[in-house]
Amino acid sequence: MNLSFKGKLSLNRRQRTILEIGAALGFIMAIIIGRFMLDEGSIGTNLSERNLPPSFEHFFGTDWLGRDMFARTIMGLSLSMGVGLAGAVSSAAIALVLGLAAATLGKTADTIISWLIDLFLSVPHLVTLILISFALGGGFKGIVFGIALTHWPSLARVIRAEVMQVRSADYVHISRKMGKPRTWIAIHHIIPHLIPQFLIGFLLMFPHAILHEAAVTFLGLGLSPHEPAIGIILSESMKYLSSGLWWLAFFPGLSLLLVVRSFDAVGERLRVLMDPART
Amino acid sequence: MARAKNLGRFLLWRSIRAFTLLAGISIISFLLVKNSPIDPIQAYIGADMLNVGPEQREKIAQHWGLDDPVFKQYVNWASSLLGGDLGTSMIYREPVAEVIKEKFSHSIVLMLTAWVLSGVIGFTMGVVAAMNKDTAIDRIIKWYCYTLASTPAFWMGLLMVMVFAVWLGWFPVGLGVPAGILSDDVTFIDKVKHLVLPAITLSIVGVANIALHTRQKMIDVLASDYILFARARGERGFILFWRHGLRNVALPAISLQFAAFSELFGGAVLTEQVFSYPGLGQATVEAGLRGDVPLLLGLVLFSALFVFTGNLIADLIYYVVDPRTREGRTYES
Repeated sequence: MNLSFKGKLSLNRRQRTILEIGAALGFIMAIIIGRFMLDEGSIGTNLSERNLPPSFEHFFGTDWLGRDMFARTIMGLSLSMGVGLAGAVSSAAIALVLGLAAATLGKTADTIISWLIDLFLSVPHLVTLILISFALGGGFKGIVFGIALTHWPSLARVIRAEVMQVRSADYVHISRKMGKPRTWIAIHHIIPHLIPQFLIGFLLMFPHAILHEAAVTFLGLGLSPHEPAIGIILSESMKYLSSGLWWLAFFPGLSLLLVVRSFDAVGERLRVLMDPART
Repeated sequence: MARAKNLGRFLLWRSIRAFTLLAGISIISFLLVKNSPIDPIQAYIGADMLNVGPEQREKIAQHWGLDDPVFKQYVNWASSLLGGDLGTSMIYREPVAEVIKEKFSHSIVLMLTAWVLSGVIGFTMGVVAAMNKDTAIDRIIKWYCYTLASTPAFWMGLLMVMVFAVWLGWFPVGLGVPAGILSDDVTFIDKVKHLVLPAITLSIVGVANIALHTRQKMIDVLASDYILFARARGERGFILFWRHGLRNVALPAISLQFAAFSELFGGAVLTEQVFSYPGLGQATVEAGLRGDVPLLLGLVLFSALFVFTGNLIADLIYYVVDPRTREGRTYES
């Protein structure tokens, strides 16, 4: 893939992956450490410093209440990552259970679960998220449930296909013929194949969960306006765009993009490493 | 003859499946909104709360059948649904079907423009990247696509507003038509001006998927024997692509584009919100925020129908054009 790129930067795929994981981890650490160094005071209002453009004192500028946008962004990102993590973990758990059930519990279970997968894929994610947020009255609970219930289908499909493939592999047949018990086969043959797929599926789900959280919050159906969430920051910034306060929207959105992009890159690299046939 | 029969069976099978899925969606979403902590009567009355006494509330509840068991309520709703009656929207005080029809006529212009634009641009990008695999162009396109895939659609919209509407002043900041002008005086040019930014935003976001997919397919095609032979005959560049590449990659790309109706709809919700464009997406958000249950349910079903249509067309294209998929349903993944 990067054959022609040799020369100045001759890193192979593994080294590049490690580099990217390092960068992504650096991001998380910076945000978490930043989160702990900040408190409510650092996003306190300061009316003498309203609407300042970015400077060395305020990296991302200040808003119409004199709040430091950098601090707000860091807090928003950590909140978004928390929500994204909770949503992605629950979604991956649903995917694992249903994927396994579809592959192992016989034809009826498979039909029902495939139907369920189609069901959740046939309404646009954002509409489902709005519906679930509405049903649960918005807030943290609504958004985590919404993400958990919308993101599992594709991973469930991957798990189902993987289990079915491994189960029909020759060595599993031989193992069965040799009289190994089912649990032994599951632990020694199927799970080792499943774990990497599952982890990568989870890693690729995580950034999407963050994006969807930000989107629903932006629409006003997610976290409450009092929380320092990225979606709230961006939707508030809309009112001030026409007055030229571009930094209110630009930097928080860019930070969100960077976080999502770096997680996505790590997941994508790991996937390619696992499955080199697909580039 | 046999082919027409097969096609008929295929369509019948798909319609049955679509029907069961729609039924499932209607049950689940009905149960979900019933579970909502937002009181439908409260949402209906809104600001007139003080003028409505408990007796009147009782009457509204009775009129709507809110005291009936949930199952009976669902049956009532579903049977009028089958008769084409989606109920009355609380926000717009109009039948839901009318609201959806009116909003969709705005949204379809936006979505169609963005759909065609993103399809053409994405396809071109994918082909260019694949034809120049591993060069700087390829890497730039790939990097760009992966970055786009991580970009929040609404942030992209905000950037567009900042640059093209506020700084350069080329386009209006939002809304579907100029504010404060009678609807008869709105010219076609006005409408186009208000459409450009949302449509560009929506198509920029939609490019990534189709470009990466086309690139992969084109790389596969370029590795085939007939391309090797064509190259040996001296065909290069655009001629090579025109004669041997286009038809092989166009089909999966078109089909993918139809299957992407779901993302298109989701993108439209966000874009319409940023630009205050009066379409379906905005109606969905409004319905969710203000507790307009009949409209929300109608929109969920409508969006599902929209996605089904896309998927069905995608499958049909494959089915009719590519004979290999007719033998068993093997392309499912």
